[in-house]
Amino acid sequence: MLDIESLITRYGTITAVRDVALTVQAGEVVCLIGPNGAGKTTLLATIAGLLKPSAGRVTLDNKNVTGWAPDRMLRAGLALVPEHRRIFSDFTVRENLLVGGVTQPASRRQELLDEMVTLFPVLKERLSAQAGYLSGGEAQQLAIGRALMSDPAVLLMDEPSLGLAPVLVEQVFDLITRLRISGRTLFVVEQNAQRMLAVADRAYVMRSGEIVADGPAAQLAAREDLFETYLGQSGGNA
Amino acid sequence: MIELIQQIIDGLGRGGIYALLALGIAVIFGVMHLINFAHGELITVSAYTSYWLFASGFNWWFIAPTVIVVAVLTAVIIEFVAFRWVRGAPDFTMLMTSFGVHFLVQALFVMYVSANFRQFPRPGWIFDTWRIGDLSLEVFDLAVIAATLVTLLGTYWLLQRTMFGVSLRAAAEDFDTARLMGIRSNRVIRGAFVLSGVLAGVAAIFWLMRSGQAGPTAGLNPMLKGVLAALIGGLGSLSGAVLGGITLGLVEVLLISRLPGGTAGLTDGIVFLLIALLFVFRPQGLITVRRVERV
Repeated sequence: MLDIESLITRYGTITAVRDVALTVQAGEVVCLIGPNGAGKTTLLATIAGLLKPSAGRVTLDNKNVTGWAPDRMLRAGLALVPEHRRIFSDFTVRENLLVGGVTQPASRRQELLDEMVTLFPVLKERLSAQAGYLSGGEAQQLAIGRALMSDPAVLLMDEPSLGLAPVLVEQVFDLITRLRISGRTLFVVEQNAQRMLAVADRAYVMRSGEIVADGPAAQLAAREDLFETYLGQSGGNA
Repeated sequence: MIELIQQIIDGLGRGGIYALLALGIAVIFGVMHLINFAHGELITVSAYTSYWLFASGFNWWFIAPTVIVVAVLTAVIIEFVAFRWVRGAPDFTMLMTSFGVHFLVQALFVMYVSANFRQFPRPGWIFDTWRIGDLSLEVFDLAVIAATLVTLLGTYWLLQRTMFGVSLRAAAEDFDTARLMGIRSNRVIRGAFVLSGVLAGVAAIFWLMRSGQAGPTAGLNPMLKGVLAALIGGLGSLSGAVLGGITLGLVEVLLISRLPGGTAGLTDGIVFLLIALLFVFRPQGLITVRRVERV
């Protein structure tokens, strides 16, 4: 579904993503874990089109989409839930969802809106509320719902549990599990490595801009050495 | 009391035009972070269009809608020729570009038309007054207030109720995230320029009806008033721009009528002083653009 080959992203003289290759198959939940500053967010931003790669190739559904602008990537079927959620705080919850469905025809947009309020009951009660006043957990659900409004073939998520209270972190992982069961293709960046590995099919470990390990999530979760060497934490629960 | 009511209506008439100009500037600032000092060129081009159309025998009923179309086309052309190439550049670069467009358009008119102002007839009814009891109201002010209201309501409907409006507001709040949602940068920015052109076009009709002249610098004063009003309201806030325009119009009229004879020329100076004071106490302008976020 999504194929990345030899991807390089530079900021001026700094190379933030070095020769990264990875694959996400249809229906898979794949995660990318690694310490702060590993280049995970840069990698996602490059895939989604917010940053231009210096070299390499991005293929979506057998189509070469390297260097496409974000709005074109979205139409090609790839959506990103950005880091820090980036909810439109002046908008109502409903308007946030509508913006997510801006590429859909009006009737389909309404259908998707109905699907989202079923998937996220908490949003249903707050459709007319200003989004800036949502709690962190509600805002995260809105951010994910907003991205799903484009009915993407692949959904990228950047640190969905970041800054949330522990009980809300659980909600996010429950949601990822639900999305997985419903057959969504997900590529998730997470710092909460152990917790993420428990819900993912496969995983990549990134450090200093490079992929340093990959494999089935369960196998990686069992490798204590990996956590100590690359993630700088034992047991992986930050 | 009667006098005050008349002054307020006079001020609203003035302020309505400022509000339309300021709103156009605020819309562009919202999506591009550009303070468009070339906004007045829409008025300049509209002024020459009016002059030429009059010379060709057309009347205001034909000229008024044509002015709106011309203002929109001018806005779109300026975006395409100039601002598209500096999109995403530092704010200062865009500011300089807008100055460049401002002076370039001015120079083109000086070189290829004339440095002199050219007169065209003003509609006869603009000096008419209606008397209601002791109150005498200028028909022109009432026309401006009505046209401003209709235009603002239309703009409000567009921004709140259409997908284009939602996209425009989304781009104004967070451009990158809007692009991630599939909003096309070119389309939303062009749309913002079209909207600013419509607003400037409506303002131009009334501005030109009152001034009755076209010159290379015809747009300077309206542009300054628009930028000032947008700043007073708090750049980036659309409702602030409208409020800023109305406030500026009211303050001007109240000052002119109260300053002792011979000192009315100080109005602009005093207005700037008041604005400076406003920014000492409220640097963010009248309306604060709130960004609430909870974790």
